[in-house]
Amino acid sequence: MQTDVIIIGGGLHGCSIALHLAQQGFKPIVLEKNIVGRHASGVNAGGVRQLMRDVAEIPLSIAAMDIWENLDRLLGSHLAETCEFISRVGQVGVAASASELAWCAQRTAEMKALGYDLEEMLDAKGVRRLVPTLSDMCIGGIVSRRDGHANPFRSTQAFRARAEQLGARFYEHTCVTDVAEAGSKWQLDTTRGQMHADIVVNCGGAWAWQIAGMIGEQLPSTHLALTLMVTSRIQRFLDPVVIGIDRKLSLKQTEVGTVVIGGGVLGEPDLDAGTTLTVADRMVESARTVWDFFPILRQATIVRTWAGLEAVTPDILPIIGASSVAKNFWHVFGFSGHGFQLGPIVGSVISEMIADGKSAFSIAAFSPARFSNGAIASGAIHAAQHEQQGATG
Amino acid sequence: MTLPRTCQFAVIGGGPAGLAAATLAAGLGIDTVLLDEQPTPGGQAYRNIEAVSRSSWRLLKILGKHYGQGNALVEGFRQSGVRYEPSSSVWQVTPSGKIGVSQSGQAYLLKADRVLIATGAAERSVPVPGWTLPGVMTAGAVQTVMKAAGIVPDEDTVLAGSGPLVYLIALQLLAASAPLRAILQTQKPTSWFSKIRLLSQVRAGAGDLLDGLKWIRAIKSSGVPVFHASDIRAEGRDRLEAVTFQSRGQRHRVDASALLLHEGVIPNIQLTASLRCAHRWDEAQVAWAPVVDQWGTTSHESIAVAGDGAGTRGAKAAPHSGRLAALETAFRLGLISMKERDRLATGDKQALARQVGLRSLLDHLYSPSEAIRTPADADIVCRCEEVSAGEIRKLIDGQGFVELDQLKSQSRCGMGQCQGRMCGQTIARILAEHRGLSMKDVGYFRLRIPVKPLPLDQLAHLQNAECDPELSASSGDPSQRV
Repeated sequence: MQTDVIIIGGGLHGCSIALHLAQQGFKPIVLEKNIVGRHASGVNAGGVRQLMRDVAEIPLSIAAMDIWENLDRLLGSHLAETCEFISRVGQVGVAASASELAWCAQRTAEMKALGYDLEEMLDAKGVRRLVPTLSDMCIGGIVSRRDGHANPFRSTQAFRARAEQLGARFYEHTCVTDVAEAGSKWQLDTTRGQMHADIVVNCGGAWAWQIAGMIGEQLPSTHLALTLMVTSRIQRFLDPVVIGIDRKLSLKQTEVGTVVIGGGVLGEPDLDAGTTLTVADRMVESARTVWDFFPILRQATIVRTWAGLEAVTPDILPIIGASSVAKNFWHVFGFSGHGFQLGPIVGSVISEMIADGKSAFSIAAFSPARFSNGAIASGAIHAAQHEQQGATG
Repeated sequence: MTLPRTCQFAVIGGGPAGLAAATLAAGLGIDTVLLDEQPTPGGQAYRNIEAVSRSSWRLLKILGKHYGQGNALVEGFRQSGVRYEPSSSVWQVTPSGKIGVSQSGQAYLLKADRVLIATGAAERSVPVPGWTLPGVMTAGAVQTVMKAAGIVPDEDTVLAGSGPLVYLIALQLLAASAPLRAILQTQKPTSWFSKIRLLSQVRAGAGDLLDGLKWIRAIKSSGVPVFHASDIRAEGRDRLEAVTFQSRGQRHRVDASALLLHEGVIPNIQLTASLRCAHRWDEAQVAWAPVVDQWGTTSHESIAVAGDGAGTRGAKAAPHSGRLAALETAFRLGLISMKERDRLATGDKQALARQVGLRSLLDHLYSPSEAIRTPADADIVCRCEEVSAGEIRKLIDGQGFVELDQLKSQSRCGMGQCQGRMCGQTIARILAEHRGLSMKDVGYFRLRIPVKPLPLDQLAHLQNAECDPELSASSGDPSQRV
């Protein structure tokens, strides 16, 4: 089998890149070792969030929001609807301490100074206007009103379906076992036989470092099992998505009335088996925060938990860019728990880079080169202050 | 309240397997805790037996001599010195033996060196058309309220299904003078040749077979019409008004307010599946069961399963498999030698083998039929999330889905309060049928904790949880965290 671009990994980013490449006239093939959307893309909290992002991601995030708000243009109206994108309900960071409140003030001032007006500071009254059921413990916060949420599994399926309509091909249950240069092309050994392509895009998520290793490039291998828990259905009480500032929390009420709770609770990843176990001991902290912030949820019952495998980089910024050891090889992974919202725009940027060698957006801050030789390059944005953070959730 | 934090041996389930295992384990000097959801020992088979034996001679007579046989087990357990934790719901077991328990509105973790899962079997779902109408229930649910509360149906009732339990429940209803209007036998007629062949393999259990024949005779002489039935439908607008079915080439209709369905029981695998124990598809029993060795040990060596949870063999077999698991536990804990274990196991092994022979005959005679008929497009399969069979088929065709969890993620089937207990097999069967796969290929939902709904209040105050400070620390700027 032979084509112009092979994308390894059928998560949202792989699907989005395939979609945008197909739009540009390429004939992309997506190889997925399991099924499309099996891991982080299909099981994340579905937050479509600009709020509290690293400033390096803000331009991309704003552009992504434009696409989310016009999904029908990208996907057609039927597929756009299946994403269940709920727009402009806002995401709210809740402050429960003076230091968290001070951080909100400092952050909004910094963002203003940079020319961004997407976040606003909230006082105790303001935060209650958006989230009336908050306990007295919550004294203010920060909001991005344009934010919302979507159904992650269905969104990933919709991007795949659109990519297929445009001519992209998907092979599920197809594992890449080796990648090697063969003349001017890439040769991929897969469980479905040998394949060749001019260009390879590595969207392998938690396994992407293994693909990078096949071409001799050492990239961060850290991966986490980010856990979510969900309650049974309850009467509607919440429109925005609520996140913690220093406390571990992310909480939203879905369209059917269940409440999805997360915020960096770690499960046990099993990369080789391709699965995770969730750990009750570590859910206590999030449950306690919900108990503190939302008295209305104290009697709710948790009916299920799950966790997705997600690649996390040392500086919590994604790896997006050309390989630093090989030509015509791209890496797009390591979104560190906040890649869902960026899916639509990163696909567009990468397809422009592949087609034209340039894009309107700079992705320099996300270059794989900052991890050359397994270390953080000194020039990379924020590298120094994030270095010690490692795997903390 | 002082909660147990650790023990050597934790037994989950207070039915015949769990009671026998815990009793023997305590007798061998093992520090044993028995956790059970019910307020008193007995399990499903001997539910509420102490109170019924003490105070309701009439109910004891209605329920029959097999029920009464539970008394000895419960008495032995009461005298055993086992730490008994009734009204406890277990929502987690980890491979390392950490058990999540809810009791009296509090949740705690109990660490055990070895765990025996004796959570038994659950009734197979029988999703006939109209099964979601009020008035349609499982036959076991009726037995439960009879045992627990002495409540007997007083409306026109139709009992439908296959298996010895159908006869037993019919007799119990007749003894209680319940208005039983018809019995619909759904098992396929078996040839005499294969019956005789199977009977020759039954080395014992002849007494039970005779009991069964006596039950059948008693039902026939009661005058309640008995049909060989198929294509059963529950009919009615807002609740059950009538049951219709096919019998001998004709459509029949019986007016009824209650339809009790039963097509056998299947192992309750919620815990073993959440533990990712290896499972096997049992063609004869048409069910998944955990893979266990002769001592009940699963693919995780500190986790064992005894009783019907490891494959349906009935209440008489359960105590034997429970005791074998207790002996293996004593051996692994270093309390008895291998030789001692094998010597003590002889009687239980022989008794168990006899019951297994009987069960093979029953499996063959009473294989489910209505429960494995895949529902029509309009029928609801997932009751919690109201997903129809047609929606499932549309997803399989339209999206090319090949896995159960894809169907779950896209349609929400299996995501509700019952956590797939009621719809799991039916949805798997629709997928298997549509794709030309076997049930074994299709597998089961990926299950995780909590296997029973857990109040957030209890999780927020979970006792004995181990918090890893490194994992909970949040350092650096809030905009630069996962």
